[in-house]
Amino acid sequence: MNTEHERRAPAAKELEELFRREYGRVVSVLVRTCGSIDAAEEVVQDALAVALERWPIDGVPASPAAWLITTARRRAIDRARREASRATRHRAADWASRVIEPPHEPEGEVVEDERLRLIFTCCHPALAPEAQVALTLRLLGGLDTGAIARAFLVPEATMAQRIVRAKRKIRDAGIPYRVPEAADLPARLAHVLAVVYLIFNEGYSASGGGQLVRGDLCDEAIRLGRALAALMPGEPEVLGLLGLMLLADARREARLDADGSFVPLGGQDRSRWDRLKIAEGQAIVRRCLQLARPGPYQVQAAIQAVHSDAPAFEDTDWRQIVALYDQLYALTPTPVVALNRAVALAEIAGAEAGLTALESVALDEYHLYHAVRGDLLARLGRVEDARAAFDRAIALCPTVVERRWLEQRRQGVA
Amino acid sequence: MKRYLLSIYQPDGPPPSPEKLAPVMERIGRLNDDLRRAGAWVFAGGLHAPESATVVRVADGRPMITDGPYVEGKEHIGGFTIIQAPDLDAALAWAKRLAEALVLDGHQTGLPIEVRPFQDEH
Repeated sequence: MNTEHERRAPAAKELEELFRREYGRVVSVLVRTCGSIDAAEEVVQDALAVALERWPIDGVPASPAAWLITTARRRAIDRARREASRATRHRAADWASRVIEPPHEPEGEVVEDERLRLIFTCCHPALAPEAQVALTLRLLGGLDTGAIARAFLVPEATMAQRIVRAKRKIRDAGIPYRVPEAADLPARLAHVLAVVYLIFNEGYSASGGGQLVRGDLCDEAIRLGRALAALMPGEPEVLGLLGLMLLADARREARLDADGSFVPLGGQDRSRWDRLKIAEGQAIVRRCLQLARPGPYQVQAAIQAVHSDAPAFEDTDWRQIVALYDQLYALTPTPVVALNRAVALAEIAGAEAGLTALESVALDEYHLYHAVRGDLLARLGRVEDARAAFDRAIALCPTVVERRWLEQRRQGVA
Repeated sequence: MKRYLLSIYQPDGPPPSPEKLAPVMERIGRLNDDLRRAGAWVFAGGLHAPESATVVRVADGRPMITDGPYVEGKEHIGGFTIIQAPDLDAALAWAKRLAEALVLDGHQTGLPIEVRPFQDEH
């Protein structure tokens, strides 16, 4: 009894992983079949329960997604028949007829299309931004509500309500399960990419609490990015986002030292960078260059690629980085881009030039703006000004880990 | 087909001059024609100023009539259109046209349109 339990335990964990990986694929097909997210999720849960019973005995089928889709569909038909024998005969019968005659088979490309449709539904601009993130992680990432709540540091009940409300709006307002038409596609796609990047950033630079990096969110965003890149291989910005995330994530381990303190780019042990991710990210950047339709994510990926090329911080090709920031600023003239450009400029033209460039940057409420100022002032030997700038940065800093780093920087000013 | 209410929110106060409103009204007229041609038109109308409103309610079991509007505020519904559309994206496309039609000539900003679905009929 005991040994059997021990033998099964790893299999259960394996299955959990597999379920999460296949969840988006399976749910998206069932949403099409059932016509509603709630109904789809219920029959998929049923199918997962059956799989949990059967797979440890029968083995995992060759195509787990197809098996789960077939099983969930059978459940949907059963449910529809049960419903039909109750009071709501008319509507359920209509539903059953749709379930019994699926519009198409759940194979290959068609499955991918369904997932793409569901991504655009989850990231519909008519939903609140936090609801878009939650729905995307729930329906496409297969994360349960508790995990999403923990990742965003909100009570589980709050997150559950957020998801329920969003699903209700999709149903009541008639938000379609559809890839937008060509005219709307660029704006809607930009929106989808923004949601994925937000998930990544929430993991990469967690906005609250004592942890700087929540790696599971980074992994999830990259997984979504890969799915999007596979679904829309001709969209250079989709590739650009994936490349950007891979190249930034390659440094994840090196951003924290043994005590969990933040290590900035210049102080990182580059041997701890993930070479596989860098190689993949750089290959994506090269492919973007060939496509020759630059966009903000591609340029940001290119900047990260230049950093990842340098064997040491001192070897960084700052001229190229400044040129890329100029290009980025032309595409998206935001103060954060101007701030990063000023940092790069200081490396080739000196701290004074960097400070001058900062003067036109309106980011008084952003901790990194003051950290950069403090750093440049310290380099010029303006000790009092530098300390005041770091004080302001510390007061504005949202994470404990970064604050600790800023406090060290302030003490180092001499 | 679903039905949607497109409400136009207007700031209180005097309306723009007739010369300024004329091109807007012309555009709205064209939009309504297009809605009819597309089979999307259900109803559309503009409202008199909020001060013209009267509120009726039952209080302590008796109907009571008071000078309106019901909600005090700086903005009120100035008019609305009811359309039918296959889904929210189609409804939003019409709402976008309505919002654009309402922008006064020479302006960059217009009035907000709230799109709200009706409950299903059955």
